[in-house]
Amino acid sequence: MRCEKGAKIVYCGGMRSNDVLRVVVMVVVVAAVTLVCFGQGVTTTPKADEAKPTRPNAGQTMVFVGGRVIPIAGPELADGVLIVREGKIVAVGKTGEIAVPDGAVVVDVAGKTIMAGLVDTHSHVGGVASADRSSPMQPECRIMDSINPKDSGFRRVLAGGITTMNIMPGSGHLLSGQTLYAKPRRPGGKAPERVDDLFIVDKLGEPMWGVKMANGTNSLGDPPFSGTRAKSAAIVRERFIKAREYKAKLDAAKLPDGTMDPAKAPTRDLALETLVEILEGKRIVHHHTHRADDILTVLRLREEFGFRVVLHHTSEAWKIPDAIAKAGVSCSIILVDSPGGKLEAAELNWKTGGILERAGVRVSMHTDDWITDSRLFLRSAALAVRAGMTREGALKALTLVAAEQLDLADRVGSLEAGKDADFIILSGDPLSVYTHVLETWIEGVRVFDRSNADDRLFAVGGPGAGKDQAIYLCCAQDGFWFGGKQWGSGGASGGGSTQGSNSSSGGGQ
Amino acid sequence: MKMRSNNVCSRWVARVSRVAQVARVVGTAAALMSLSISIASTNAQVAVKAKTLHTMDGAAIADGVVIVTDGKIVAIGPWATTKIPEGYRVLEAVVATPGLVDARATVGLSGLYNQRQDQDQLDRSGPIQPELRAIDAYNPMDALVAYLRSFGVTAVNAGQAPGELVSGQTALIKTVGDSVDASVVIAMTAVVATLGPNSTRAGGSPGTRAKQMAMLRQELLNVRGEMEKRSREEAEAAKKAKDLSEAAPAEAKPADSQVSPASSTPTDAATVPPIASTPAASVPVATNAIEPATATPLDRDLRKEALGAVLRKQVPLIVTANRAQDISSALRLAKEFDITLILDGGAESYMLADQIKAAGVDVILHPSMQRASGESENLSFETASLLRKAGVRFAIQSGFEAYVPKTRVVLLEAAIAAANGLSFDEALASITIDAARILKADARIGSLAIGKDGDIALYDGDPFEYTTHCVGVVVDGVVVSEVVR
Repeated sequence: MRCEKGAKIVYCGGMRSNDVLRVVVMVVVVAAVTLVCFGQGVTTTPKADEAKPTRPNAGQTMVFVGGRVIPIAGPELADGVLIVREGKIVAVGKTGEIAVPDGAVVVDVAGKTIMAGLVDTHSHVGGVASADRSSPMQPECRIMDSINPKDSGFRRVLAGGITTMNIMPGSGHLLSGQTLYAKPRRPGGKAPERVDDLFIVDKLGEPMWGVKMANGTNSLGDPPFSGTRAKSAAIVRERFIKAREYKAKLDAAKLPDGTMDPAKAPTRDLALETLVEILEGKRIVHHHTHRADDILTVLRLREEFGFRVVLHHTSEAWKIPDAIAKAGVSCSIILVDSPGGKLEAAELNWKTGGILERAGVRVSMHTDDWITDSRLFLRSAALAVRAGMTREGALKALTLVAAEQLDLADRVGSLEAGKDADFIILSGDPLSVYTHVLETWIEGVRVFDRSNADDRLFAVGGPGAGKDQAIYLCCAQDGFWFGGKQWGSGGASGGGSTQGSNSSSGGGQ
Repeated sequence: MKMRSNNVCSRWVARVSRVAQVARVVGTAAALMSLSISIASTNAQVAVKAKTLHTMDGAAIADGVVIVTDGKIVAIGPWATTKIPEGYRVLEAVVATPGLVDARATVGLSGLYNQRQDQDQLDRSGPIQPELRAIDAYNPMDALVAYLRSFGVTAVNAGQAPGELVSGQTALIKTVGDSVDASVVIAMTAVVATLGPNSTRAGGSPGTRAKQMAMLRQELLNVRGEMEKRSREEAEAAKKAKDLSEAAPAEAKPADSQVSPASSTPTDAATVPPIASTPAASVPVATNAIEPATATPLDRDLRKEALGAVLRKQVPLIVTANRAQDISSALRLAKEFDITLILDGGAESYMLADQIKAAGVDVILHPSMQRASGESENLSFETASLLRKAGVRFAIQSGFEAYVPKTRVVLLEAAIAAANGLSFDEALASITIDAARILKADARIGSLAIGKDGDIALYDGDPFEYTTHCVGVVVDGVVVSEVVR
């Protein structure tokens, strides 16, 4: 392990005395932060360091002109303009109605379509593994502690135009842990060194996340897991009742100035703290649930404990659209190529999106990657339209509604002034099979460019593309040899470059 | 190997009609049809009109019509010059294509629910079981069969999944009917084998790639040895019979005197007397039995009979091989035993496309949307396009899915290939005529031509577009699906 600036707690052989001092200071600071955070009743999570990748276009205003613009927040613009600066959207509008600032870099995207970056509410990319088999509810487990930021899956996520994602643990538990709201950034055109580079932070600088829960058959198992659906609900209720009691102790220990009375405060409990945050509405529950009766069970528990919930997958939601609408709960659906594979998905139907939309339910979509391929996320919207959802609703499902479900609608999910400059450039209509994602931009930085050989490899597949940690492509610009042939020849890159020298080529992992 | 007696056909048509009636009622109730139905007909007399008729037998016909009488295509051409007979049911679509052919599937064997009672795609009791027939496992009533049909898939080469060194057989089956006996086109299309880690056993055999090849070669050598031995015995028997008949010319000739003489070149499958030959007329429909017909019938051995059919080139050996090294092994095996090889999976087939082409081997490619991992970590959306460039004939399959989706749909898989380097026609060929050719069923299915089966898929636009619907499916001239999918 190397001794790095910014590293949290590192063992460094031959540590110098000032290093020791620094570590001591750090420990004291961490302790102080812990105390303060505890006083506020929030979990301590590592502060996201200011992830400031060298922005190649820092201080520069970029103007994309000549293309079709799908802002999501308003009607599609046949000939639109998008202006971005310092990672934020400055303006979106019709050509001729928006002033182009002096000195701006103008990028012609004629014949192409610009759309808000996609938001995936449910992904398992990153080689993640959260809760273990020791108990059915493990709210103390953080997915961030298991994410490999160099996983090649993130390259495919970008190739699919996904700019915000909710990285989730699996559905083999009633509660499998804390999720992570993330952006698949590539600082300096490379895979992140640390998971922190993926964080989306709140106003306090804390990474944002939700909680993954599941019911139905996936979370059943031998004791201590539940063996039946009724037992599943009972276990969940017992834990949340305990969390209420814990919360009451916290409230009782709260002093008038908002800090905690150390004499009265209970010992910190990582699991109960998380459940308290759910009870307080600070965390959204992302609930795997398929069968109609399982969905209704979630609604019943939600009513009892008052937590905020998004229903995920919802194979049989089409059977009970009104009950879901009446509860005011939103859904995130998945479109897979056939029903079945498990009893609960036997009646999965592509019509679900349209049926929920017509019932007035807010609907988003997700890849559930590995279940569906992040590179084909746009396809999910198209299949929903095929089965009766409106085009507008389906595109919103991939963006703005998904952002709402992650409490991020003020920052991502549409092209609006003041929001993050997360967008994609498409070769054609977003709902056509023949359309490719040409470029993906996150916070004003291009993170995927199909014309670049290295990026293209992950977009279409090929030698090395499927390894969990992508191979180091030292020479993608010049092509490389594999299987007796030359791949990714340099001739493919450069065309349509909109970011000059910041091409991610040669970066590799 | 083709089971096509008249007797079978009439039963087949009767069954299809019943299914069609049910389907029609359901379809009408759904009231979601964009088909224009001018005449309701109970018999199989149908005409399909399409703005674009992709026949896959020459160029597409603009404003075309295909006419089906008694289950077979009797006329095809432009509306203007092709008269639709009186009383025919007329269906209209924006686009019509031949019924789609899925060249390798486990649908019907790996059922919708994924529970013990509906998973019959792989027996794990032994590594080499070529005798496992698809027809004994295929459930035509499984909901996923109807699901595939609703996208225009009219025939599936369904059978044992990859996962054992030799897992069994496949059969070409139409996606209609309530019994496989009624819907089977070819009861034994191939014996299927798997190379690579998917068919190894931890702590057992085969445990390595080298052991896989050693076991497979030994098995084929054993069968070939027995074939040679039997050839010699038959030659001796024939000689004895000849001597006897010469000694006693008045005696009647043995019934089987037409048995071929022994061959001294046993690898020449064409001249090797079979372990058992197939009597043309008397084969039961539901079997692919190779009945003994020799003067000295030996004990029957299903396993050897199945591999004997491969060694005699009566059926191909479909070898699932994804890594380039496993593909090389399969090519080596085919050369050594002079068998007809079809490569299956082929995740890295693009790396060896020239060698595959030189060997004259067809590829049944993995689904385009299969995920990259393990032995298939290097797969690509562009493999089909690269095989096409190298001149390799290929089909795109739905394959086997262990979880969700429980089956893939070849229409949707070919669409991805069409978006990644294949032309529209090339992509459509991979799920129609080329699939039929690879399965040696192109005399009946895979294109719209006079004399072929009336299997037609109807769409309301480019069939590969995500937002296009399949609006009707015709099998043997009977409308079997009117679901808007």
